[in-house]
This record gives sequence, C-alpha cells and structure tokens, in this order.
Amino acid sequence: MDMPACHGVLVPVLALNPFTDPIGVIHYLVVGAVLFTAGVACMTLKRNALGVLMGIELVLNGANMNFVAFSSPYLRADGAPTLGLDGQVIALFVILLAAAEAAVALAITLNFYNNHATVDVDRADDLKG
Amino acid sequence: MTGGLAMGTFDVGSTMMLDTLLPMAAAGQWPPLALPSGAFALAAVNWHSVLFLLFAALTCGFAVAVVAADNVVRMALYLVFSLGSAAGLFFLAGAEFIGAMQLMIYVGGTLVLLVFGVMLTAQAPFVSIKPSSSDRTLAAVAGASLLALLLTAVFSVDAWRGPGAGVVPAPSATPLGMALVGVRVDDAPAGSPVTGRSGYMLPFEIVSVHLLVVLVGAAYLARAKRRKTPRAIDAVASSEPLDRVAAQVRAPGSPSQAPGAANRTAGGSSSALVGGGR
Repeated sequence: MDMPACHGVLVPVLALNPFTDPIGVIHYLVVGAVLFTAGVACMTLKRNALGVLMGIELVLNGANMNFVAFSSPYLRADGAPTLGLDGQVIALFVILLAAAEAAVALAITLNFYNNHATVDVDRADDLKG
Repeated sequence: MTGGLAMGTFDVGSTMMLDTLLPMAAAGQWPPLALPSGAFALAAVNWHSVLFLLFAALTCGFAVAVVAADNVVRMALYLVFSLGSAAGLFFLAGAEFIGAMQLMIYVGGTLVLLVFGVMLTAQAPFVSIKPSSSDRTLAAVAGASLLALLLTAVFSVDAWRGPGAGVVPAPSATPLGMALVGVRVDDAPAGSPVTGRSGYMLPFEIVSVHLLVVLVGAAYLARAKRRKTPRAIDAVASSEPLDRVAAQVRAPGSPSQAPGAANRTAGGSSSALVGGGR
C-alpha cells in the first residue's frame, strides 16, 4: 500500500498488535475484500464454466463476511453492532440463495456440456449476432 | 464459546500488560511478544486474535490459490478449504449458527454439487483450460486495483478501525430461529434508528418456495435427454418387427431365430444377455 492518501489512516491499524490486541471489524472487512477480489478475478479469468461458478461462491462469501462482521458485537469498539441479528439473517439468506444459484448454474453447465461437448465459456457464442 | 475463552485470557493477562505493550507497539518495537524484562508474555497473547489470524490467512490464501490454480479439481479442493476456514471466521465473530450453516450447506452441499459437476465434465482437455498470459496480467492488474479501492474504502471509516470491545455476544441460534418465523426476541442494537423491527417470515417463505422451484428447474434442465442420433438397436427396432429385434438382441450373430425363443427370454434382460450364446 504505497498510496499517500491511505498512509495516514493505515498507521493506527498497523500499530495494533494482532497477537495481544482484540481484533475489530476492520480485520473482517479486509478478509471480505480479499475474498471479493479473488472471486471477481476468478470470474473474469477462468475459462472453465465451473471456475466461474467458484468465483461467484467466493464473491458471495466476501459479502457474507462483511454481514457477519457488522452483526457481531464482539468486534465493535463500542460494543454496539451496526446490524445486530439482521446481518446474520441476511447472511443465512445469502447462503441459501447461493445453494440455489449453484444448482441452477450447474444444471445449465451440464446442459451446455451435453450439447457442445465442452465447458469452455469462450465457446458459448451461439447467441452472438 | 471461543470468544468467552479468549476473553478470559484477555482479562487475566493483557489488561495489566496492555499499559506496557501499547507504548511499545507505538514506538515500533513490534511484535512485542517478549516483555521488557525478557520474559515470554504468553499470558498476554489474545488467542481469539491468533485464531482469527490463522483462519484469515487460510481463507485468503486458499481464495488466491483458487484463482491461481489451473486444474479445476484443485480449484474445487482449494475452495473447500477456503470456505471451511471462512466458517471458522464466522464462529470467531460469534455467529455460530451462520458458521454451522456455512459448513453444512456450503461445504457439505454446494461444493459437493460443484465437485460432482467437475467429475461429470472433467474430460482430459477441460481439466485445465489455461488462460493466456496477457489475460493473467490483465486480471492481476485489475484485481490489485479493485483490492486497493476496497481497502481504501474500508480504512476510510473511523468507526470501523480500532480493536473491538470484546463484548461476548449471546448465543444467536434461538433469536435467529425466532426471527425466521416472524418473532423478534433479540434486543435492537444501541443507537439503531429503526424502532419497530419486523421478522423474516415472508422472506423465509419466499426463499422456501424459491428453493423448491429452483430444484425442480435444475432437475428439469439437467435431465437425461433423448439422443439425437439413435442407437443401433433403436434404428433396428423402428424398421423391423418386435420379435425379430428381440431375437437380434439375444443373439446378434444369428438374426433369423424362432420367435418363441425370443418371447421366452424377453422376461429379463440379464438372462437374455447371459444366455445369448445358447
């Protein structure tokens, strides 16, 4: 992180000793950001349709990480969670909808594989005008 | 549970040592695991934070490994590890029900589904479809830019920085279940602008019907299709009488056989296959 605008706010975070100080919301947000970025990179980079599906799972987990972090009173400095239990309920719905999405997307992938004998998403150009 | 354990060590150990450790951390002596007297400050270690670092490193490392791997089977394995470690992070945040659901639905259900998809489509040319090196470079640059943007946004809010107060949350499974059937028994977060809070009965029902429709649709989409080019036995059956077809199945070398023999062995296909040489 060599951004000069970000340097001033990074110092108090890095001054926290991760072995002795309790963690905060920001640690979870960083993990969520890494998961989201890895998922987006996976979605755009992979040519295997199942790799694209895995990228979607990573993105949804990054969002879930933020929801859980904001719903936890353990992580806030004032002990008052922003979302409360609502964050956990939404995270639960995200998990359920991810399962539904994976089922349909896998069925579509299998259908595509049966018709085209490949799972390369670059070959899925039947609708190209 | 883990939070309570970590809070115990935190209260005993680090409240009295925090006064000496924080100036050390501010002065740059980092990490100050060794006290000024030279003793190893094991009692000052916040095990909650150490476990968080372990699971966070596993989650992020395996997530990056999913992107970096080319073999789709290894990608699925790394994704299992990454999402399982994310469940550990959920447990550490006090969301034990979400962590359990992550393990049961995601790791136990969705990823098993993905692994089945990998197995069904893992023909030799598709196991590793390598992207071009220019695409890799582009994805690395775009990913680093996106990560820098997200981290800048994360670090720019003052209320999110700083260590947590360590308020161990109450078990959330019962309030979560009550909220899903429409009754809120949990307290509103302090300073929340929302006064009257609704339950989640209607979203719960919508998600239930949605799951049902999705599973029916997935089963419809992935069903076994009728083959476009008929098999040889079907082609023969469409042009010849049925008893001669059965006789051909029983003994392909001798097409002209008595119809009675075909009728006798038509009861079970296994007996027809076994007795094909007679």
